[in-house]
Amino acid sequence: MADSSSTVDNGVHVQALLDARDALTKAPQAAQFKWRAACEWKNGTHSHSTVESFYGLGEEQHRKTTFKFDADHPEVFASADKGATPVEFVLVGLASCLTAGIAAVAQNRNIQLKSVTATIEGDMDLAGILGIDSEVRNGFNGITVKYKIDADAKQEDIEALVAQSQKRSAVYDIVTNPTNVTVQVN
Amino acid sequence: MSRCLAERSIDHVLLERGEVAHSWRTERWDSLRLLTPNWQSRLPGFSYDGDDPDGYRSLPEVVDFIAGYAKAISAPVRTHTTVTSVRDADAGYLVRTNRGDWRCRTVVLASGACNIARVPSLAARLPASVASLTAQSYRNPAQIAEGGVLIVGASSSGTQIANELQRSRRAVTLSVGEHIRAPRVYRGRDLEWWMDAAGVLDERYDQVDDITRARRVPSLQLAGTPDRSTLDLNVLTDAGVRLVGRLAGVTEDGKAQFAGSLRNMCAMSDLKMRRLLDLIDEWARANGLDHAVEPPDRLPPTRVEEAPPLGMDLVKSGIKTVIWATGYRPDYSWLELPVLDRKGYVTHDGGIVCSPGVYLMGMQFLRRRKSALIDGAGDDARELSAHLAAYLDNAAPRLSA
Repeated sequence: MADSSSTVDNGVHVQALLDARDALTKAPQAAQFKWRAACEWKNGTHSHSTVESFYGLGEEQHRKTTFKFDADHPEVFASADKGATPVEFVLVGLASCLTAGIAAVAQNRNIQLKSVTATIEGDMDLAGILGIDSEVRNGFNGITVKYKIDADAKQEDIEALVAQSQKRSAVYDIVTNPTNVTVQVN
Repeated sequence: MSRCLAERSIDHVLLERGEVAHSWRTERWDSLRLLTPNWQSRLPGFSYDGDDPDGYRSLPEVVDFIAGYAKAISAPVRTHTTVTSVRDADAGYLVRTNRGDWRCRTVVLASGACNIARVPSLAARLPASVASLTAQSYRNPAQIAEGGVLIVGASSSGTQIANELQRSRRAVTLSVGEHIRAPRVYRGRDLEWWMDAAGVLDERYDQVDDITRARRVPSLQLAGTPDRSTLDLNVLTDAGVRLVGRLAGVTEDGKAQFAGSLRNMCAMSDLKMRRLLDLIDEWARANGLDHAVEPPDRLPPTRVEEAPPLGMDLVKSGIKTVIWATGYRPDYSWLELPVLDRKGYVTHDGGIVCSPGVYLMGMQFLRRRKSALIDGAGDDARELSAHLAAYLDNAAPRLSA
C-alpha cells in the first residue's frame, strides 16, 4: 500500500485536509463555520438563489465566483419548470457530498478511483404537501442512493469507502438527523 | 503496577476509596461476566489455574480474582481512603485523602476510564413518567418496571442489558449508533484467543496510524456468555428486540427522534468484523493453523427492517424506562494538575503524563490495544514502572543536592 501512495491520484489534497484537521484541533474556534445562501423570489414557484460568501477560519471568506441556482417546479405542477425542484437540490446535495467523501476517503486509503457514478431517488407521497392527509409527512419517506464504482480495490474495500463516506458526510447527517430551524421575518 | 514497583523495591502505597475491586463490587449489573476468557487475565506472577480456562468470570469471581491478587502480592492497599485532591508540592505531589495527607515524588493515576456514565444532554427532555437509568446504575430486571424499555447504545453493555430485559418479558427498543460486531467464538477458538495470538492486542500506540482515533474506537460488542454464544443485533432481533437508529433528539412533547443512519451503522460494523476475521484467516494461514482449526465462516449480514422507525412517542408507546448505555468517562474532579485536555482527559504519551513523575494506567489503548483489559495491565506496568524508576534515579541527585 505504501508504495502506491505516490501514484494514487483522485485529485484530492488529502495532506492539506489532514493538516487542516491538525490545525483546527489546536484552534477549535477556527473550525466554526457558517454556510450561506441568498434566495429571491422571481415569479410563481420560480426563485433564484446565489452562493458566494461564507465564514470560517476566523474570518469572512469570499469566492471568485458567485454560484447561481434557479429553482422551480415542473409543468405537471402547472409551474414554469425554470429549474430543479427544491427537493431535487437536496438530492444533489446528498449525492455530491457522499461522492466527494468517497474521493477523499479513497485518496486517504490509497485507492485509485477510475469512475464513480451515483443515482439517487427520494420517495414522496404528495398527500403530505398538498394537505390531503395529515398523517403523511411532507418530506421524503426514504432516499435510495445507488453507486457504481470502478476502482483498483476489492469489492469489500469499495463498500468500506462508501460506508465511511456516509459516516463523515455533512449532508447525510443533515438528512438523517433532526436540525433546529429558525425562520425570522424582517 | 504495585507488583512491578515492589520488584524494584520502590516504596509505594495504593489508595482505594472502598474495598479492593470497588467498582466491580458496586458499579456493575448482577449478571455481568468478564468479556475476556479466564485464561486471558494474566497478571505479573499470577494467572488462572482453574479447570475452565475458556469460561468468563462472574462478577463475584472477578472480585475474588482481583482481591486474591492483591493478597498474593501483599499489595500495600489503604482501603476506605478517598483521594480528595492531588496537587503539585515541593519536588513532588501532595495527595489529600479523607484519612490524612501523603507527600510523594510520583503518582500513578489508576482510577479507571469508566467512573461516570456518559448521558447525553437530551436525557433532560425525557417525559417525567419515564425512569432513566444508566448501564452503571442498572442491576437486574427486578429494578425495571413492566412494559417498554428504550436502551440507548448497542455496544457491549447495551446489547447485554437489552438481551436480559427482552428475555424478562420487557419490550425492548434498542437505539443503535456506532458499534463493532464480533463473533464470540471463531473457527472454534475464542475471538480473544485469535486477537491475542495474531498480535492484534499487542499492537502498540506508537505503531498505529492515528492513535487519537484508535483510542476512540468503541469496544467490541462482546459478551461473556456462559455457553460462549455470540450476542449480536441479529440475535437480539430474533429475541424480539426492535432496532432503531441513533437517538438524535427528544421533542418538547416527548417524542424520541431516531437517525436514519441505522443501515449504514450496521453495514460499517459488518465490514469491520469481516476485516478483522480476514486478518485472522490470513494469520492462521501464514502460521500453518488452517487445518488445526475449523474452516472460516462469516455471520450473515445484520438484518435491518425496510423502514426502521424514525420517531417514537415514548409515553404512548409504553416506554417506562430509558437506559443509557452510551459509554463512560473518567472522573478527575480531584486532580488539581494542569494535565487535562479540553475534553477533560489526561494528556499523556503512552501513560507518561506531561507532569513529571505522573503516570496513567488502564485507559483505552494507553500503550497497546489491550491496555484497558486486565491482561493489558502487566506489560504497561512493566514499562511504566521502568520509566518511573529511572525518573526517581535521575531526580534523586537533584533532590538531595
